[in-house]
Amino acid sequence: MNQADVIEEPVTPSPLTPRRTSKRWLMSAALITAIVALPVFSVAWLALFPEENIWPHLLDTTLPRYVWTTLLLMVGVSAITLSIGLSTAWAVTMCNFPGRKMFEWALLLPFAVPAYVIAYVYTDLLQYAGPIQGALRDWFGWTTARDYWFPDIRSLWGATLMLGLVLYPYVYLLARAAFLDQSPSLFSVSRSLGHSALSTFFRVVLPIARPAVAVGLSLVLMETLNDFGTVDFFAVQTLTAGLFDTWMNLGNLGGAAQIAMIMLTFVVILVTLERYSRRRQQQYAGRDSRAPIQRFSMSRPRQWICVAVCAAPIILGFIVPAVVLGRYAAIYFDQSWTGDFVENTLNSLSLSGAAAFTTLTIGLILAYSRRLHDTRPMQVMMRLSSLGYAMPGAVLAVGVIVPMAAFDNQLDAWMRDWFGISTGLLFSGTAFALIFAYTVRFLAVSAGSLESGLQKITPSMDMAARSLGRSTTATLLQVHLPMLRGTMLTAALVVFVDTMKELPATLILRPFNFDTLATHVYQYASDEMLGISALPALIIVLAGIVPIILMSRSIGSARAYSQQ
Amino acid sequence: MKMKLAAAVAACAVTLAPLPAAASGEVNIYSYRQEFLLKPLLDAFTEDTGIETNVVFAKKGLAERLEREGRNSPADVVMTVDISRISELVDRDLTASVDNETLEANIPENLRHPDGKWFALTTRGRMIFTSLDRVEEGEITSYEELADPEWENRICTRSGKHPYNIALISSMIAHHGAEEAEQWLEGVKNNLARKPQGGDRDQIKAVAEGVCDVAIGNSYYYGVMLQDDEQRPIAEQVRIVFPNDEGRGTHINISGIALTQSAPNRDNAIKLMEYLSSDEAQQIYAEANNEFPANPDVSPTGIVAEWGELNADTLSLQTIAENANDAVRMVDRVDYDNP
Repeated sequence: MNQADVIEEPVTPSPLTPRRTSKRWLMSAALITAIVALPVFSVAWLALFPEENIWPHLLDTTLPRYVWTTLLLMVGVSAITLSIGLSTAWAVTMCNFPGRKMFEWALLLPFAVPAYVIAYVYTDLLQYAGPIQGALRDWFGWTTARDYWFPDIRSLWGATLMLGLVLYPYVYLLARAAFLDQSPSLFSVSRSLGHSALSTFFRVVLPIARPAVAVGLSLVLMETLNDFGTVDFFAVQTLTAGLFDTWMNLGNLGGAAQIAMIMLTFVVILVTLERYSRRRQQQYAGRDSRAPIQRFSMSRPRQWICVAVCAAPIILGFIVPAVVLGRYAAIYFDQSWTGDFVENTLNSLSLSGAAAFTTLTIGLILAYSRRLHDTRPMQVMMRLSSLGYAMPGAVLAVGVIVPMAAFDNQLDAWMRDWFGISTGLLFSGTAFALIFAYTVRFLAVSAGSLESGLQKITPSMDMAARSLGRSTTATLLQVHLPMLRGTMLTAALVVFVDTMKELPATLILRPFNFDTLATHVYQYASDEMLGISALPALIIVLAGIVPIILMSRSIGSARAYSQQ
Repeated sequence: MKMKLAAAVAACAVTLAPLPAAASGEVNIYSYRQEFLLKPLLDAFTEDTGIETNVVFAKKGLAERLEREGRNSPADVVMTVDISRISELVDRDLTASVDNETLEANIPENLRHPDGKWFALTTRGRMIFTSLDRVEEGEITSYEELADPEWENRICTRSGKHPYNIALISSMIAHHGAEEAEQWLEGVKNNLARKPQGGDRDQIKAVAEGVCDVAIGNSYYYGVMLQDDEQRPIAEQVRIVFPNDEGRGTHINISGIALTQSAPNRDNAIKLMEYLSSDEAQQIYAEANNEFPANPDVSPTGIVAEWGELNADTLSLQTIAENANDAVRMVDRVDYDNP
């Protein structure tokens, strides 16, 4: 069998499948999937019982607009996140320019800014009473809004831009990790065969990075699809807006669940298509991938172009919001400083830490089981367990409540019958419910990136370890984990920061008298009090920065570590 | 899996404290209103009675949580804004009847459920705001006039789908019938100066900025803007008009409270409801949030009193809730949000 055959036809059954050991991995993966997919199935269940059939009304009126707007938003956000994410990831990985090391982590900063916060900030900045229009009026002597035209940020393009600015770090993060993992020799070979740097990027580098970029982009698209805060504030009528309209205004939870299922189907089709289109590709990191990267040295003007390309998204996505929030935080400090801040910050940090840990552990079990048992059922389980991300947070929260409260009440009923004691609600309304919801929601992040990380490790590693007598678990711990360190940190970082920002599920599921930074911000922002919400919003952003910097450094050093 | 369990156990241990306890001296609140709006009241209640209050605030999903938690739900009362939200709880049979003399004496009949399944605590008017410069006093005095062609390209509102606008449209349906109400809504849509967006305050701002001359908004937002140093100059360029003051009265909505079916601390919950309807609490509540007290013995103070007396539309709030579904569909048919 020659090399080409191996690449064309993935070997089935997987050579890694343990023969003698029990199907422990498969069983635990199945169990996890069953638990984690419960909320999604609950929503599917709710969709079977609508209060009334909403579709005739929706089809007659708003549905075409919802679908069209959603598609435009997704295309726009993809374009922005891909162009910013890929160009900056490439620049900081392969080019030498002033500030490169700082940009490596600074490019992640906009990630700490929640989309609803950046939407508030830019509205404030670009509105009539804001500094920009004020300055224009002063220069040109205009007196009212009717004297001139000014682009309206509260529009589809505004929402596209806002989401693009805070979501591009997904693409950046995964693309950069992929570029770092690529064998520099591939690049040299392509160049020596006469391809320009640009052509090499599109013909060699990007196709190899494609699985990782696809994971990043699918995260972006799912976030876009289930965003409610921004589109609601900007009055952009997407499917999610229609979903909440059906739920809250028409009082039709079942109908809303149906819309959620359609959105889910949409995501599944998208992801499947992407996978199908590269079904014949299989790549493993070559043996020489740990050769140091040779960065381009460039002319001065080119270096400054790199600086500009990297600085622009940071300024727009982080510095501007931070300055605006900082100003408000200073003005409204006395009104907004309450003693709860420390507690809220601790709540946010510990929930995020717990969510990152559980998500990573479970994601690893799933991704490794998938590696061991590369079978159709395992692939289906993998997809099922990642569906939570494609659902708006509030809908997912209801999906969490349904099985959890049913379990609690059933247990309570049994205990009452048998022992005459009431256990009440054991899990509902506790931090456990929150961590469970975060795990369901963000498992796509960790499982997806770990899966693509594992794919890059050649099976011969496993074969060597196993033939040397290591068990599957020992192979994972001693061989894969060290090689996956960068990927794991990336996944943990994303989940951590995402949990910090998570709002709708937290609001609905939290215990009494329990606030996180995000719910604290929302309390005031939802009453149209941006001034007072600025300080906690700023703290979310700042609290997100620390793990971002720490983990970004570790990602860099993970590569250095594996080079040793 | 072991690690997940360990994390879960740790997490539970951390939060065992706020778990529902049927112990006396507590009342648990699911609130659709922001905690900070309730805090002064709840603090005063605790001081008066020694009963501690626990709150979960969310704008959606609490009805589902209450329903699914069933008989074990820790929630004693639900506090909401908007009549549709509170009626939804009654429709799903999540609220219990309260037969209580104090509450019945304090809250007028049209502001509570006939069987005591909810009680209004405050009311707010859906007001018209006009530019001081560009609109004469008395030039517009009713909701009906918002559809007049003279206001073409001069009106700003938030999304037609927002519950406050839905309730207003529901009241128009009740007063004029569905057909006439739809024509009216078409008329208002044709008069919009821009695509509906933002919140109520943004509409008031838009009037001050000259984007439009007339806006619709709830009374208390205007009050809050007048109390805010940064926003006062904006609010001062705008006049508040009590619509239909001469006729059937201004459309009002409520914030209210309901006892849950499952309330583990029923007695404390009723004490809280009684307290919130009392003169003392009504004064704090209305003053802090610039709303109108539901208790007729308490008169508004401060800014709200300066606006003059509210002649509220006496249309049954129940009717408004019943029309809400039709109102939402009407907004979709008219395609109000896309002028």
